[in-house]
Amino acid sequence: MSTFVQQVLNGLAWGSVYALIALGYTMVYGVLKLINFAHGEVYMMGAMAGYYVGRWAQKAELPMPLRLPVTLLGAMAACAVLGFLIERFAYRPLRQANRLSVLITAIGVSLLLQNGGQLVFGADPKYFPQVLSYSEVVNTGGVVLSNIQLVIMVTAVALMAALNLFVQKTRSGRAMRAVANDKAAAQLVGISVDRIISLTFVIGSVLAAAAGVLVGLSNPKVDPLMGIMPGLKAFVAAVLGGIGNIPGAMLGGRAARAGRDAGLGDRPLDLP
Amino acid sequence: MSAPVLVVENVTKCFGGLTAVSELDLELRSEELVGIIGPNGSGKTTAFNLITGFYEPTRGSIRLGDKRIDGLRTNQINRAGIARTFQNIRLFPDLSALDNVRVAFHVGVRSGITSRVLRTQSFLDEERRIGRAAMELLERFDLARFALSSARNLPYGEQRRLEIARALATSPKILLLDEPAAGMNPTEKVELARLIRRVKDEYDLTILLIDHDMKVVMGLCDRILVLDHGETIAQGTPEQVQRDPKVIAAYLGADAVA
Repeated sequence: MSTFVQQVLNGLAWGSVYALIALGYTMVYGVLKLINFAHGEVYMMGAMAGYYVGRWAQKAELPMPLRLPVTLLGAMAACAVLGFLIERFAYRPLRQANRLSVLITAIGVSLLLQNGGQLVFGADPKYFPQVLSYSEVVNTGGVVLSNIQLVIMVTAVALMAALNLFVQKTRSGRAMRAVANDKAAAQLVGISVDRIISLTFVIGSVLAAAAGVLVGLSNPKVDPLMGIMPGLKAFVAAVLGGIGNIPGAMLGGRAARAGRDAGLGDRPLDLP
Repeated sequence: MSAPVLVVENVTKCFGGLTAVSELDLELRSEELVGIIGPNGSGKTTAFNLITGFYEPTRGSIRLGDKRIDGLRTNQINRAGIARTFQNIRLFPDLSALDNVRVAFHVGVRSGITSRVLRTQSFLDEERRIGRAAMELLERFDLARFALSSARNLPYGEQRRLEIARALATSPKILLLDEPAAGMNPTEKVELARLIRRVKDEYDLTILLIDHDMKVVMGLCDRILVLDHGETIAQGTPEQVQRDPKVIAAYLGADAVA
């Protein structure tokens, strides 16, 4: 029983990460009807950016409690720029093209980032700097909850709550929902659809970056191909939650992972 | 007579070998109500799509006041002062009726990104102002009780009215209505005609309207433009147009004239 509880707990922590990635898929699909296959690579770039910012934070001897927030924010900022650039230069020129061309382009961007990443960062895995020292928050009856797992879950939930507030309550969020419903009608009420699409990519990428850093905390091995599997699994989670549906992606990520870990609990938890 | 607010000059639109609209000339004067009629496929909706920037004219120019608007993007044209509704209603089905209207109030709102993020007092005041204005608009269109329902759940007639309300939220000078009476029964059509006239007076609007229903068009419009196969075959007051042999021929076939 305790193994089962432990696995569900592990699954929920990991699932939070998947949910963060899945949100990027689902939001972009909502406004563009595009499966952005480069999204797993944005997550990888988030982890990479986190690696460099985290190392800088170590070298600069920033106080420990500041290191994680700085790393997180640095990676999110880097991926915001990356997401903006990907949309601007890879997808926007294809706005009128058929959907298959855009899909192929997404795969192209994905390959570019995987191989470009190996070229720039090197193909060797890197050891993610320790920006949060491990401790156990709960250890009862054979069930352990580490502070890292707790941070992952809390950060993910906070980001999702912020996203929900943004989409439901703010003017840009309203415009985003309008664009997802009907682009032509949105333009007709004066919404700049291109601006909203950019914004969607930026937000999705920021969430993926957060996921990358959170994974770096618990599995401190980052490399340029690390985005492939989580990207695929998060995509599955997004589909499970109903692609285009934001709360669906949040739940889908956790359900997919918690289910997997509960079912396959005796296997080592090495893979992301 | 006042200066024209919208001037469409010699506009032609070709799709490959097909000329959907040919040498269209149209002048709208302030607070006029002008109708476009014509058989199916005569280019009426294409004319609307040209004016609102969904299509770019192959030849010719479109001016709003003294500003050229052909070639601008649809959202820019909307901000310049032209709003429209669609033949098949195009609301934001997942947004509430209130949000459908609120989202359209972006126009003319000055808050920059910093004040939005920081949620400054002026931004919050503005949000409240938009909320109130949107609610007032819904009340005027007798839609207040649907404010929080998703647009997709509104009855058909209410959806039509909501679409007009949403268009008005962008504070247009010119409103384009594409078959507003489509799918309505005779009573609803009478009410709609009354609504259109009221809206025009209250908001000092210039209205261009497409419809198949002759009663609606003839009863409402000051002037009518008749298109057939993309060509303008007649233009004038409802009485003039009704008597025009070319119009009768286009609608009933050439035999009917003889």
